[in-house]
Amino acid sequence: MKVLVPIKRVIDANIKVRVKADHSGVELSNVKMAMNPFCEIAVEEAIRLREAGTAEEVVVVAVGPSQSQETLRTGLAMGADRAILVETDPIPEPLAIAKLLKAVAEKENPGMIILGKQAIDGDNNQTGQMLAGLLNWSIGSFVSNLEVAGSSVKVTREVDGGLENIELVAPAVITVDLRLNEPRYASLPNIMKAKKKPLETHTPEDLGVDVSPRLEVLQVVEPAARAAGVLVTSADELVDKLRNEAKVI
Amino acid sequence: MSILVIGEHDNSSLRPSTLNVVSAAKELGDSIDVLVAGSDCQGAAQEAATITGIARVLAADELALADGLAENLAPLIQSLAENYTHVLAPATTYGKNLLPRAAALLDVQQISDISGIESPDTFVRPIYAGNAMATVRSGDALKLITVRTTSFEAAEQTGSAPVEPVSGSVDAQLSTFAGEELTRSERPELTTADIIVSGGRGMQSSENFAMLEALADKLGAAVGASRAAVDAGYVPNDYQVGQTGKVVAPSLYIAVGISGAIQHLAGMKDSKIIVAINKDEEAPIFQVADYGWVVDLFEAIPQLDAALEATAR
Ligand SMILES: Cc1cc2nc3c(=O)[nH]c(=O)nc-3n(C[C@H](O)[C@H](O)[C@H](O)COP(=O)(O)OP(=O)(O)OC[C@H]3O[C@@H](n4cnc5c(N)ncnc54)[C@H](O)[C@@H]3O)c2cc1C
Ligand SMILES: Cc1cc2nc3c(=O)[nH]c(=O)nc-3n(C[C@H](O)[C@H](O)[C@H](O)COP(=O)(O)OP(=O)(O)OC[C@H]3O[C@@H](n4cnc5c(N)ncnc54)[C@H](O)[C@@H]3O)c2cc1C
Repeated sequence: MKVLVPIKRVIDANIKVRVKADHSGVELSNVKMAMNPFCEIAVEEAIRLREAGTAEEVVVVAVGPSQSQETLRTGLAMGADRAILVETDPIPEPLAIAKLLKAVAEKENPGMIILGKQAIDGDNNQTGQMLAGLLNWSIGSFVSNLEVAGSSVKVTREVDGGLENIELVAPAVITVDLRLNEPRYASLPNIMKAKKKPLETHTPEDLGVDVSPRLEVLQVVEPAARAAGVLVTSADELVDKLRNEAKVI
Repeated sequence: MSILVIGEHDNSSLRPSTLNVVSAAKELGDSIDVLVAGSDCQGAAQEAATITGIARVLAADELALADGLAENLAPLIQSLAENYTHVLAPATTYGKNLLPRAAALLDVQQISDISGIESPDTFVRPIYAGNAMATVRSGDALKLITVRTTSFEAAEQTGSAPVEPVSGSVDAQLSTFAGEELTRSERPELTTADIIVSGGRGMQSSENFAMLEALADKLGAAVGASRAAVDAGYVPNDYQVGQTGKVVAPSLYIAVGISGAIQHLAGMKDSKIIVAINKDEEAPIFQVADYGWVVDLFEAIPQLDAALEATAR
């Protein structure tokens, strides 16, 4: 089985983003970028499937500007076998990304596609579910455990009420949650090796996908700030303030 | 405007998230139908019928819909959607799993997790863990939207709308439900609780979480946690508050031994009153706290317990 892993280049999770003064978006120049943390978990899971002999090949795919190659190289250094860049600038909306990924899937014929459940910039939480819909494949979203058993895939999903188990007919689309695994770091030798692994490039045109946006971003602003608080020094003082000042207990 | 609200339910009863979504729908227009799709779901449908201000409940009652599997439900939404200008679902794990699939089938770019409505085509949504708020206008004729439930009041339940049967689901046979492990608790549910006591890595163990649970019970509160506390196994996954967990906005949020990482703040900074209990005065949680107490939590919690006891009314 071949596993396809779509990965996204995003602002590093540890960086506090700043809204641009002209309110057109957030400041992305000169900020540290990294692989979306959920995508790291997706890559890790795919590599483990290959190490377990369940998968033969792991292919990472990114949709985005040419700098997304760095993210693909990171995926290759973690252990993916090959990479595909679908070059677009800017990154399109989730529906268009899902259409591009569908086109890639139709060329590659993977037995499974593993994505992150959410990109920490757009926070859309859509792409995998859309891709599964377009392909008419089964979907296991927010997955914290995954087992391949012949032509079926057993997953545990993190849902609002706790955990849910479902069995999917392969081929399946999986979106991963935080507790599925602990992604490995790429070692220096593997980073060197990754530079020689194959990376092919496509465009939306050669995949025959229209990526024109449906949404228009009118403005991006800072959220309302909270007023400064006060420090208390005892439980009695805290209880008094909650009861008589804030009136919340 | 005619709006279809996807009701969230467990067949026998309606989930409160549906009520918040109906309130969002009312800002868009006054022709609102609520879909209750399940199996043996008359209980949930009857409850939906009591929501004030809706036109109809559409009840799809089929075996294939029993477990809310997106593969079977999305085609039903696709076939119903042509009668509507907007389809709304809660931004809960149920809605997030389901609606993007329906959007893809309908060739619509969904708008996720809206926290405000400017006009029938323009919405406000948080991005970058709530560090920025984007106003987006949709050019799609049909709008599919998930709604951040904490940003809209719950609709009242004083009505009696008619319940009409609908059909159109498919049994895609792509997935089967194989059981669940739901967290059972007598405490209020996190996303609707009026008070939340949340613990972080500072709690050190699941045994110590019992202290927070006792405090929560005194306050009639729900118990939440940071990702670090969940990852360490102190509490189950459904306790996680944050960018990638649950979004909450209670009137009182008490954060105990939580540093206040942006990903955590994303899930709780819209709470009315925030209390931070942390021994590190530099912890970022103090920047959003209305009341901060720099103290070792193992001293603070028993004292807080006693103070509540002493002044209990
Ligand atoms: C008008 C407009 C302009 C924008 N401009 C920019 C911009 O300049 N730069 C920018 O970074 N964002 C920009 N965005 C945001 C960008 O479009 C979203 O990030 C994008 O729509 C994907 O959403 P998401 O990442 O939140 O998806 P999610 O659905 O949350 O992502 C889930 C998973 O899908 C996969 N995935 C998502 N995106 C990709 C991708 N590109 N390649 C491979 N796999 C992927 C990953 O596995 C990821 O974990 C813009 C949005 C709009 C509407
Ligand atoms: C992709 C991604 C998604 C994430 N999603 C989430 C999310 O949804 N929710 C979330 O919460 N996090 C999330 N995180 C993790 C987040 O970045 C932080 O790591 C996490 O919130 C830290 O949890 P914490 O505050 O409990 O632990 P820490 O940051 O370790 O803080 C523990 C705090 O406890 C205090 N403390 C310790 N002992 C005591 C004591 N005896 N008395 C008083 N105070 C004490 C310390 O001073 C410290 O401030 C995410 C991270 C990533 C990368």
